[in-house]
Amino acid sequence: MTSANLLYTDVEDDLRASVRSLLGDRSDPNDVLAKCESDQPYNLELWHTLSAELGVAGLHVPEKLGGQGASLRETAVVAEELGRSVAPVPFLGSTVLATSALLGCSSETATALLERLATGAITGALAVPLSTHSGAPFPDSVRATADGTLTGRVGAVADAVVAETLIIPAIGDSGPELYSVDTSADGVGVSPLRALDLTRGIADVELAGVRGTRLAEPELADGAVREALRTGAAVLASEQLGLAQWCLDETVRYVRERHQFGRPIGSFQALKHRLADLWLELVSARAAARHAADTMATGGADAAISVATAQSYCAEVAVHAAEECIQLHGGIGMTWEHPAHLFLKRAKSDQLALGRPGQHRAALAELVDLPPS
Amino acid sequence: MTAHTEITAEQLRERARALLTEHDPKKTERLEFLRARFDAGLAWVHFPVGLGGLDAPRALQSVVDAELAAAGAPDNQPRRIGIGLGMAAPTIRAFGTEEQKNRYLRPLWTGEEVWCQLFSEPGAGSDLASLATRAVPDGDDWIVNGQKVWTSSAHLAKWAIMVVRTDPEVPKHQGMTYFICDMTAPGVEVRPLRQITGEAEFNEVFLTDVRIPDSQRLGEIGAGWQVAQTTLMNERVAIGGNAIPREGGMIGVLAKKWREHPELRAADLHDRLLRLWVESEVTRLVGERLRQQLAVGAPGPEGSGAKLAFAKLNQAISSLEVEFMGEHGLTYDDWTMRRPDQLDFFGREAGYRYLRAKGNSIEGGTSEVLRNVIAERVLGLPSEPRVDKDIPWKDLPR
Ligand SMILES: Cc1cc2nc3c(=O)[nH]c(=O)nc-3n(C[C@H](O)[C@H](O)[C@H](O)COP(=O)(O)OP(=O)(O)OC[C@H]3O[C@@H](n4cnc5c(N)ncnc54)[C@H](O)[C@@H]3O)c2cc1C
Repeated sequence: MTSANLLYTDVEDDLRASVRSLLGDRSDPNDVLAKCESDQPYNLELWHTLSAELGVAGLHVPEKLGGQGASLRETAVVAEELGRSVAPVPFLGSTVLATSALLGCSSETATALLERLATGAITGALAVPLSTHSGAPFPDSVRATADGTLTGRVGAVADAVVAETLIIPAIGDSGPELYSVDTSADGVGVSPLRALDLTRGIADVELAGVRGTRLAEPELADGAVREALRTGAAVLASEQLGLAQWCLDETVRYVRERHQFGRPIGSFQALKHRLADLWLELVSARAAARHAADTMATGGADAAISVATAQSYCAEVAVHAAEECIQLHGGIGMTWEHPAHLFLKRAKSDQLALGRPGQHRAALAELVDLPPS
Repeated sequence: MTAHTEITAEQLRERARALLTEHDPKKTERLEFLRARFDAGLAWVHFPVGLGGLDAPRALQSVVDAELAAAGAPDNQPRRIGIGLGMAAPTIRAFGTEEQKNRYLRPLWTGEEVWCQLFSEPGAGSDLASLATRAVPDGDDWIVNGQKVWTSSAHLAKWAIMVVRTDPEVPKHQGMTYFICDMTAPGVEVRPLRQITGEAEFNEVFLTDVRIPDSQRLGEIGAGWQVAQTTLMNERVAIGGNAIPREGGMIGVLAKKWREHPELRAADLHDRLLRLWVESEVTRLVGERLRQQLAVGAPGPEGSGAKLAFAKLNQAISSLEVEFMGEHGLTYDDWTMRRPDQLDFFGREAGYRYLRAKGNSIEGGTSEVLRNVIAERVLGLPSEPRVDKDIPWKDLPR
C-alpha cells in the first residue's frame, strides 16, 4: 500500500548538512539562550541567510512562482534542523503557514505575494491562533466588509512579531475570504505575548478597520487555510523529531560523562533502559514524520491519515524527550543556564500547536472509521 | 510526662482556648503570640514538653491547628520555613544536645530564624556521600571550605544544616560530620541560581574559611551520614506528605478550571482528568494512612513512596492543565528573575506549575534514587555492585 519514500535523499542530506553547519556556527542552543530575553529574541540575520541565501523560504514553492521547486520533504528536513537547534527564526509562521496558505490561492495578488515570501524578500504570518487544528471551523474572529475593510482580533499568532505581511482569514458577506495586510498599515496592531516558548514569538493581532487586499474568495479560502494548517502539522512533526533528537543526543552525552557512586550514571540500567526506550520512540517518530512529509509532498490519498498520525505521535515524543533530558540532568537540568529548558518549552508549546495530539486522534477516528461510539 | 498519661484531644482543645484567652490574637503581636504558643506546648504537640510540645500523639496536632485557626490566630507560615520545620527540627530533636534544642527550636518554629539545607554539591547530588566540602578542626572550632549548590532559601536563611567531610582517609560514608552553619558568618557567600521558571529559588553557596564552633556540631564526629539519613527521611515525608482535603493540591486547580471552562473541554482530556483525579484521591488516602502510621512511630522508607507519587502526579496534572488551556496554554505569566520567599505553586499560572513541577522529581532525592530506596530497603532487593563503598574517600574515582 505504501510507496512513500521514508528515507532521506542525497539532496536532502546535502541540504541538512548545509543548514546544520550554518546553525552550528550561528545559532548554537547556548547562543539562543543568551539572546532569548533581549529586545530582539529573533535572529533575523540568520533568517536572512537561511531564507534569501540558502533559499529555505521557497523550497516547496514551484520555480515559476519564485520558489526552489523542491517539495515539502525538503522543507521538513529544514524544520528538523531548526528544531534541533531551537533557532529563533520565523520559518513555521512565514515559510510554512503563510506560504502554504498562498499556495492555495489563485489570484494575481496572491501569486505576487507568494514570490516575495518564497525568495525571502519579506516575512509573513498566517493570522490564526497557533493552537488551531486544521479540522476546526474557518476562523470567524475577523470580519470583512464588501470593500475589504477588516475588523477583529486574533490571539497567539506565531511569528507575527517579525512579519511584514499578515495573511488573514476573515468572514465576508458571502463567507470565508483571505486577505493580506501590511503590519505597518494604520489600524494594524501586533502585540507580543509572553510566550511559554522562549524561541518562537506569538502575538495578538488587532485589526481596527484596516483595508486589506483580497487574496481568495469563498471557493478557495477555506481550503487554503485548512491545507496550510495541515501542511504546518506535517512539518511540525519534523521539527518535533529534531527537538527530540537534540534531547536524546545531549542526554546520552551527559550520562556518559556524569559520575555518581563512582561510575557514569549512564551505566545504571534504570537509565540505560529509559534511553533505549526513548531511542525507539525516535525511530518511530522519524518514520512517522517522513511519511507525513512525503505524502503531503506527493499529494497522496493517505496524507490526512499520515499527518494526523505523525502529529499525534511526534508531539508526545518531543515532550517526553525534553522531560527526560531535564530529569536525567538532575539539578542542572532545572537551571536557566542550561539550554535544556528551551527544548522543553518549545516541545510543550508544539504539543498545543496546530492541534493537540488528542484532536489529531479524534480526526483520525473519522478517517480510519473507528468512531468513538 | 509519660506515655501512660497521654493528653486527650479535649485537653488539647482546652489548652488552646486558654492560650487564646491569655493572648488574644486580635490584641497580641504576631511573634509574641507564636512564642506564647510554642511555650504552651502547642507548636508541635508531639515534641517534648519544654520544646514546643506536650509529648502528645502527632495526630492530635490538627485539633490544635483547627481550634487556633478558627479563632483567627496567626500561623507560622509553614511554607516559608519548610526546611526548618520538616528537616532541621526533627534532626535537631533526634541528635541535638539539650543546649542545642533549647537554642534553635523555638525561633525555628516561630519563623524568626529561617533554615536552609547545605547538602548537595556540584559533584555530589544523588551520591551525597561523595561530598567534598572539608572541615578541619582548629582549637574548639572547625574551618570549612567548599561549595554547595541548589540550596533553596539560602538567601533568606539564618542557619543551615550541613554535611561536610571531616576525614578523607576512611570510606566515604564514615568520614562525614553534620553541622549547623551560621549563614551570616564571614566566608559564607550566597549567589542566586536561576531556575527554568525564571525565578531563583535556589542558590550556590561558597564557603571560604568559615569558622564553626564545635558546639554547632550535631551528632558525633564521623556520624554525619547517620544524622543526614534522619534529615532525608523526614525531607521526603515533608515534601510528599502534607494532610490535604479531597481535591486539595494540584488536582484541585485543574478541577476548578475544568468546571469554569466548559468551552475548553474535550473527550480525550476528560478521560485523562478523571484518571488523574482517581490517582490523586488514592494518593491522598495513602498519605492519610502514612500519617496514621507516623502518629504511632517514626517514618520509615515508606515515605519515599509518597514523594514519588507526589512528583508524578504534579507533573502529569500540570502537563494536562497546560494542554487544557489551549491557546492560553501557549503563554507564560512572568519570566522575571526574582528571589521568592516561598514556593508559590498555586498563585501562578499553568505554565509555571508545569515547569516548577519538573523539580519535584529531582529535589529531595530524585525519583530514580527513591525507586532504588524502595527496591532495596522496602523490598529487600540486593543493591547494585558498589565500586566505591570500601575504599578511602580520597582514593575514589572522580
Ligand atoms: C528545585 C530544587 C531544589 C533543591 N533544593 C536543595 C536544597 O535546598 N539543598 C540541597 O542540599 N539540595 C537541593 N537540591 C538538590 C537535589 O537534592 C539534587 O539535585 C538531587 O539530589 C540530584 O542530584 P544531582 O542534581 O547532582 O543529579 P545527579 O545525582 O547527577 O543525577 C542525574 C540523574 O542521574 C540519576 N541517577 C543518579 N544516580 C542514579 C542511580 N544510582 N540509579 C539510577 N539513576 C541515578 C538521577 O536520578 C538523575 O536523573 C534541590 C534541587 C532542585 C531541583
